[in-house]
Amino acid sequence: MNRILAIVVAMALALATSSAQAQISDGVIKIGVLNDQSGTYADLAGPGSVVAARMAVEDFGAAAKGMKVEILSADHQNKPDVGSNIARQWYDVDKVDLILDVPTSSVVLAVNQITREKNKAFIVSTGATSDLTGKACSPNAIHWTYDTWALANGTGSAIVKTGGDTWFFLTADYAFGHALERDTEAVVVKNGGKVLGKVRHPFPSSDFSSFLLQAQASKAKIIGLANAGADTTNAIKQGAEFGIAKGGQQFAGLLVFLTDVHALGLEKAQGLVLTEAFYWDLNDKTRAWSKRFAERHRGAMPTMVQAGVYSATLHYLKAIEALKSDDGPKVIAKMKEMPTDDPLFGKGAVRADGRKIHPMYLFEVKKPAESKGAWDYYKVRATIPADQAFRPIDQGDCPLVKK
Amino acid sequence: MSTVFGVPTQALFGQLLIGLINGSFYAMLSLGLSVIFGLLNIINFAHGAQYMMGAFAAYFLLQWAGLGYWWALLVAPVVVGLLGVVLERTMIRRLYHLDHLYGLLLTFGFALVIQGMFRHEFGSSGLPYAMPALLSGGHNLGFMFLPNYRAWVIVFSLGLCFGTWYVIERTKLGSYLRAATENPALVQAFGVNVPRMVTLTYGFGVALAGVAGVLAAPIYQVNPLMGADLIIVVFAVVVIGGLGSIMGSIVTGFALGVVEGLTKVFYPEASNTVIFVIMAVVLVFRPTGLFGREH
Repeated sequence: MNRILAIVVAMALALATSSAQAQISDGVIKIGVLNDQSGTYADLAGPGSVVAARMAVEDFGAAAKGMKVEILSADHQNKPDVGSNIARQWYDVDKVDLILDVPTSSVVLAVNQITREKNKAFIVSTGATSDLTGKACSPNAIHWTYDTWALANGTGSAIVKTGGDTWFFLTADYAFGHALERDTEAVVVKNGGKVLGKVRHPFPSSDFSSFLLQAQASKAKIIGLANAGADTTNAIKQGAEFGIAKGGQQFAGLLVFLTDVHALGLEKAQGLVLTEAFYWDLNDKTRAWSKRFAERHRGAMPTMVQAGVYSATLHYLKAIEALKSDDGPKVIAKMKEMPTDDPLFGKGAVRADGRKIHPMYLFEVKKPAESKGAWDYYKVRATIPADQAFRPIDQGDCPLVKK
Repeated sequence: MSTVFGVPTQALFGQLLIGLINGSFYAMLSLGLSVIFGLLNIINFAHGAQYMMGAFAAYFLLQWAGLGYWWALLVAPVVVGLLGVVLERTMIRRLYHLDHLYGLLLTFGFALVIQGMFRHEFGSSGLPYAMPALLSGGHNLGFMFLPNYRAWVIVFSLGLCFGTWYVIERTKLGSYLRAATENPALVQAFGVNVPRMVTLTYGFGVALAGVAGVLAAPIYQVNPLMGADLIIVVFAVVVIGGLGSIMGSIVTGFALGVVEGLTKVFYPEASNTVIFVIMAVVLVFRPTGLFGREH
């Protein structure tokens, strides 16, 4: 009799613990890494982001803590309709709890809407539009690594202050390009500069010769490249051909990633000024992590957005551990409550509008003679402290922010 | 300064010249497609991938054999052409008696496989390829700065296109090819080795794509996706020019390059789609294309 009672009590206890687990939906935390796995933006995020997310799950020690975490990935091909379909299927059918990464701002805005409808969680590392913490801010979303405002504030104001006061914009014709052009134009005008013209090129483009011709005709001192990935590298490469620098004009790469500099080569990219949130060679902690990343990602060093995926996943899992639930808006709220700390971005925080705060860095691309080897591309020009790097919380028109 | 619809004429001439340069690529690629379709009745969807392989061949020749651009211009098309011959011999040959659709599916699948393999190996950001020293720099023409290399592209492609047209339309070898398309059995009865001619013709069309790839390498990134973006536009060009008309594809290639260049000045957002709009209009009024014959 005592034995049977003991078994019943043991079973009751076992069932009780698994019902506590039921607060994690279906007992599994499912994270979906959604990005461009095969096109223009595949090298700067792509499969590398999936590697970063897996590293975060392992470093967090999810298995040891009894948390089951599953990572899925999919290719949205930079198309909002494809991205929306994947998001819906993930949320409805595959019971994904968090969608992560997402380059291409038009896809970001679409998935943001869907996440809000389904009441799940959404953390953007690669997508850039500052509207995500502005007009489109949501209690289900966090904007992690950087945004168009931070880029404009970093690169834009640095260039205007050193004499680049007339601008011509070469803009990718979709949400991201428009946002970056708008934010940078505001910074240029605020600092006393003038915008002499703009041209919108189809996204993606491979031939910029006619747009570069228009930029040359404008005689602006600075040609602002409000695009990214292969668009930026093609424009710079073809600019060298058309003698842009010889004509006294300079390119401002408003969004340049480490992988773009790698594809261009230091010969073409030297002297480019750019703003990023992370660089593998900043300090010992970033170096150690980046080496581990490179071993799992064909020897390529991480970009800031891949580092952002790692950092975001870590903080997400910490929030779930503290909250013991993976309910979308509750976890996001918890992430805003807890300060962030990881070896890649240091100490930071997530604001009420969903903007994560950390220092940004102004880098300059080294000359070929200054580089000691592959991936040794940047030198630090300035550090922008966290409280100055991002748009002030009251200027974004975010409905979540109490005035 | 006079203006045309708000654009200064100087700027317009510059854009026309740029349009001619882009048109050169369209002309070379659509010429290859037309040769292959006109003489073999195969819709070669692998053309874009073969263009990409030409660019990569130039890159490998530089990396592994230290052979520069001028060597690549000669060697890369031969290499790509030989690969095309292998493809034709082993797979495409079996589909001649079937509907066009099967050749299209086969070459499309081949293109996807090749592009996927290259992308898996080399990523999608592209690899750098240096411009040959002899052709770097440029001249200030007054209304624009014309890079020497781009001028070379126009000259070379004009020469190649008209050379090919001449061989096919005006020489004895060309006449055999044209006869073999119309009535292979009869031509074979005269002792001409028709299957070998067909294979070599496919190889030649593919080599044309390869040489276009070498020409593109210094100015566009050597990128596994470079063919995929271009092939769709080239197909539109071929359809407008008339599937199978050699002169049609050359003229239409250059003309549409110029039209696209003009669109980039007046309404750049539409420059991706203007060629397809024209294709739709042409198909409504002249289904066989501007220069096409009834097939």
